[in-house]
Amino acid sequence: MSRPHAGNWWFGGTLVLSLLLMLIPLPDALEPSKPYWPALVLLYWTLESEGRVTLGLAFVLGLVADVLVGMVLGEQALRLCALVFIATRFRARLRLFPMWQLTAAVLALLLNDRLLLLIVRMLSGGSLPPASWWLSPVVGAALWPFVFLLLDDLRVRARIQ
Amino acid sequence: MARTRDESSPLFAGNPAGTLRLIMYLALALVLMVLDQRNGWLWAVRNSAALVVEPVYRLAGLPSAGVRMLATAFADRQSLTGQNQRLREDLLLANAKLNRMAAVAEQNAHLKQLLDTSHSLELKVQLAHVIGVDLGAFRYRLTLSLGARDGVTPGQPVIDAHGVLGQVSEVLPTTSVVMLITDPTHALPVVVERTGVRTIAYGSRDGSSLTLPDLPLAANVRAGDRLLTSGIGGRFPSGFPAGTIRSVQPAPGGAFLLAQATPAADMDRADDVLLLHDLADPQGPPAPEKPAGPPADLAPASGSGAVGHVPPERAGAAPAAAARPTSGARL
Repeated sequence: MSRPHAGNWWFGGTLVLSLLLMLIPLPDALEPSKPYWPALVLLYWTLESEGRVTLGLAFVLGLVADVLVGMVLGEQALRLCALVFIATRFRARLRLFPMWQLTAAVLALLLNDRLLLLIVRMLSGGSLPPASWWLSPVVGAALWPFVFLLLDDLRVRARIQ
Repeated sequence: MARTRDESSPLFAGNPAGTLRLIMYLALALVLMVLDQRNGWLWAVRNSAALVVEPVYRLAGLPSAGVRMLATAFADRQSLTGQNQRLREDLLLANAKLNRMAAVAEQNAHLKQLLDTSHSLELKVQLAHVIGVDLGAFRYRLTLSLGARDGVTPGQPVIDAHGVLGQVSEVLPTTSVVMLITDPTHALPVVVERTGVRTIAYGSRDGSSLTLPDLPLAANVRAGDRLLTSGIGGRFPSGFPAGTIRSVQPAPGGAFLLAQATPAADMDRADDVLLLHDLADPQGPPAPEKPAGPPADLAPASGSGAVGHVPPERAGAAPAAAARPTSGARL
């Protein structure tokens, strides 16, 4: 009874933590290379936990992130929905990938996410971002193995306890 | 790790129901975005969710505040003493300047009184702390620790010790968001201090400089010129340092000069800022006089069109570029 409960709390906690990490600023030099944390955490749960991450959940999380960030309502909801959909569609194959291939796939997903963001911002009248803006998906993909292993390890431990 | 395959996650083909749901959610997101752009729903949602949003901001701002505190706690004595010494020298210098200025200011006030204008050199300001929150806007925005409860209103100018920083674009009950003058969608009416050339300084893409794209070819502007706010538009008071011209070259079109300027304010390292409370003196054409004549209900119905009753416009109505509405500024 308490184990699925604890699992849900842990799941929700990682999502909230990812939103907080998104808001915490980095020093100026590192600022452009900040990964998109909610995407990484959602990807982990999509791959590792069957049926836990649905499109609806991604949409709601995106809306909450939009309200927090205050740019355009629906922007992150759109991006996270697209990301989760692709990840769910190829879930079975992605799970068979060795880590380096999975990392490459994550890089592609994050680049796709940035492209979506760029399109949304251009359509809503924004200007072209500086080149360093494209650093974030690369850093996100580079961090992916560590995020994956850390979350996996914590999850396994929590289950055992 | 390995699990048996089941129907819900086929290896190759996707199920059409999932695609349909995706399309539905994407359409929903698109509709939300469009409606938000049109009606500004996001601000309404944020205002009603302020009870949740603001604590999250404070929480997210804790790490940077902690780092700042640690930096102070572990700064060695020597650097602190040096800083203290420097600050004292600055204060001495500033006080000396102020004392000299006092006489001039008094004289100025006297002359202004003679001229019957109400321009005052006094400032009503409010000190605000910056909350370290990343709002993902290529760093064109700041979050302040004061909000509607402290009397902050949208459009209020924000300055720091060196010059103009930006203007308040959104107000929540206890926090507010400042749009920096380096935001590409921001425009600031400025005047070149040396020659008095008036122009408009826009933000730029890299978020660390100002662009002056429409200087006339004959304008007397060169690198090193200081820019002050001109007060035109009525949003920013006149006479605050805005920046320094860094380079001047002909614009790609050839009809104008394009200048780049470095903002005077410390965009990256502002911890404490000042919110200006007195609004700028409106500069511009005076409000049109109400046409004198008989009351409207007495005027003949057919002939009244010839008089052309113009509704009195607000004095100093901003030029379109000078004070854009916040809806255009949200990017």
